[in-house]
Amino acid sequence: MTDTSLTLAEQESRRRRRQTRRALLAPALIIILAISIMPLGITALYSFLTPGTYGGVIWEFTPDAYVQFLFERDIFDGTLQFNDSYLTIYMRSIGLAFGATIGALLIGFPTAYFIATKPREQRNFWLFLITLPFWTNLLIRTYAMLLILRDEGLINLSLMGVGVIERPLSILYTDTAVFIGLIYTYLPFMVLPLYASLEKLDFRLVEAGYDLYANRFRVLRHIIAPIAKPGIIAGCILVFIPGLGAYITPALLGGGKKLMIGNMIAIQFGSSRNWPFGSAAALILMALVVIALLIYARSVSKGARAHG
Amino acid sequence: MTSDTAKAPEDGTTRRSMISARELTKTFGQGETAVTALDNVDIDIRENEFFTLLGPSGCGKTTLLRLIAGFELPTSGLIQLDGQDITALPPHVRPVNTVFQNYALFPHMTVSENIGFGLKMLGKSSGEIEARVKQMLSLVQLEAMANRRTDQLSGGQQQRVALARALAPAPKVLLLDEPLAALDLKLRKNMQIELKSLQAETGITFIFVTHDQEEALTMSDRIAVMRDGQILQIGTPKEIYDKPTHRFVADFIGDINILEAQVEGTEGDQTRVRLKDGTTMLARSTGADTQGHCAVALRPESIRVAQAGDTPALTGQLENLVYMGSAHNLHLRLGSGEELVVRHGGSTEGLDLSPGAQIGVVIAPGGARVLA
Repeated sequence: MTDTSLTLAEQESRRRRRQTRRALLAPALIIILAISIMPLGITALYSFLTPGTYGGVIWEFTPDAYVQFLFERDIFDGTLQFNDSYLTIYMRSIGLAFGATIGALLIGFPTAYFIATKPREQRNFWLFLITLPFWTNLLIRTYAMLLILRDEGLINLSLMGVGVIERPLSILYTDTAVFIGLIYTYLPFMVLPLYASLEKLDFRLVEAGYDLYANRFRVLRHIIAPIAKPGIIAGCILVFIPGLGAYITPALLGGGKKLMIGNMIAIQFGSSRNWPFGSAAALILMALVVIALLIYARSVSKGARAHG
Repeated sequence: MTSDTAKAPEDGTTRRSMISARELTKTFGQGETAVTALDNVDIDIRENEFFTLLGPSGCGKTTLLRLIAGFELPTSGLIQLDGQDITALPPHVRPVNTVFQNYALFPHMTVSENIGFGLKMLGKSSGEIEARVKQMLSLVQLEAMANRRTDQLSGGQQQRVALARALAPAPKVLLLDEPLAALDLKLRKNMQIELKSLQAETGITFIFVTHDQEEALTMSDRIAVMRDGQILQIGTPKEIYDKPTHRFVADFIGDINILEAQVEGTEGDQTRVRLKDGTTMLARSTGADTQGHCAVALRPESIRVAQAGDTPALTGQLENLVYMGSAHNLHLRLGSGEELVVRHGGSTEGLDLSPGAQIGVVIAPGGARVLA
């Protein structure tokens, strides 16, 4: 603005352009504020309040919700004792989500590679098949999975039909069922970013790898995987984070016996009527995810610097 | 070694064969859409030889290279490397390395890591790899670039990295797939000389694919000229240039005049031919079947303008005079309507070079060749 060489008319037109830009951005900013930042702020606020007897909150500030996460107050003398039951749920959830991420990667990578190596005009068809499940509601798909996994379901009937097993395997309402359900639900989120990075892969590099005495496995490990790394990481993030907070899958396939974080939080807002603790649990989950992403981002930028 | 091909070496060398291909055929696709990229090719490439596969695009030269590298498997036929049958071996166990047309450097690795990759895959110790990479870097004069990423290099530097990477594992044969095509002219000229001296230095058999006849003539010990999946002629650059056995070869290599003619009869190793304008002349026979219709090939530099006292072999009307720096090209229109280009090296003084002038030319002994 200190540029004196600009005429007044020019300055005026610049100012107007800036105003237009702000006006055009406003709807997006308002939406972000309303649906993203405000609920987060409310959750953060609630997590420091006192639970009401019939749900809701009482406006008395207390850090009790966070204390409750790790400690249990003795009903007789009021002393705090370490309680790992919530921590256990978190660890179980992280373990299941991690396992599902690895599983989705192992299934999704060959799938994405398969599509990326198809002739260009056929790829859209295969991508369409990958996105097809999104046309049906997740709840319905999970019920379908329940029918497949149950004792008289498709898997057990066919295994017994060919005589591999005599009695049905009890898969449903176990961690295995939740694990299978998570992989099934989030597999497309793994395949799509993997495909995006593999599609750009120059297959002459693969040939160069073979030419330089690398066998298939080593070409995969030393050439394809490092080049597809952004896609692998994006896919893992897209499976791990929603997997960690999954609600429907563990509720239906885990039978509600084996809780994951999502179910635990839902219970706090429902039957437990402890909104502050539910809010605190949600924020702790978010904090864990953010910390994990920050560590990752730092290691990536370090790696990039080391290369530069 | 014994060669059972008709294209036996003419230069009398007895070096053993490094690559031998027999009845090599490669067909892509099936049924009516099938394309024969390589049609029953026999070839022997010798140890420590700079061998060039030359031909227009689609002639099968790259397919032949990819069959030797192992990226494609032949539809039928046999490939031997140093006496060992490698026809069905996968590429990663063949002691053959490739310099790719677009270099195909690994973008996620440094220059050193790229060069050391083959050695690492061969399971060499890190000390050995480091020493060899250093040696390779100095060979291609890129010591300062060791830790650069490959996208920070110029085209010429990337080219050298690709070369060093392929040479580092000391392959028995180095395959080069038009490696100079992406470089500008000056750099290309320099790299031609460097490649040639690198080949002499390392003693590795180089198989070089190009469509650039000048490049082939400059660098090669021997050249195979290919067309439509077949090898038309194999020989030293001089043989290919001076004694083409095929009209396509003559036309593809350098400038040449090709005149339509009829065979009149043979006189010793010469053939008497009658050109379309009725003149007859003697031309060197090439062993090709030249009954009836044939062609006479004349290099522009083996024709000179007739002086006083010469009997002109041909006469034509001057249409164009093109100054070439060291010489003039005279474009003559013959009585038959065909064009004849004559390279006149000396001074133009005393010659009538006005447009439309009638100019007689003399053909150097052995300068005319009969082609099928």
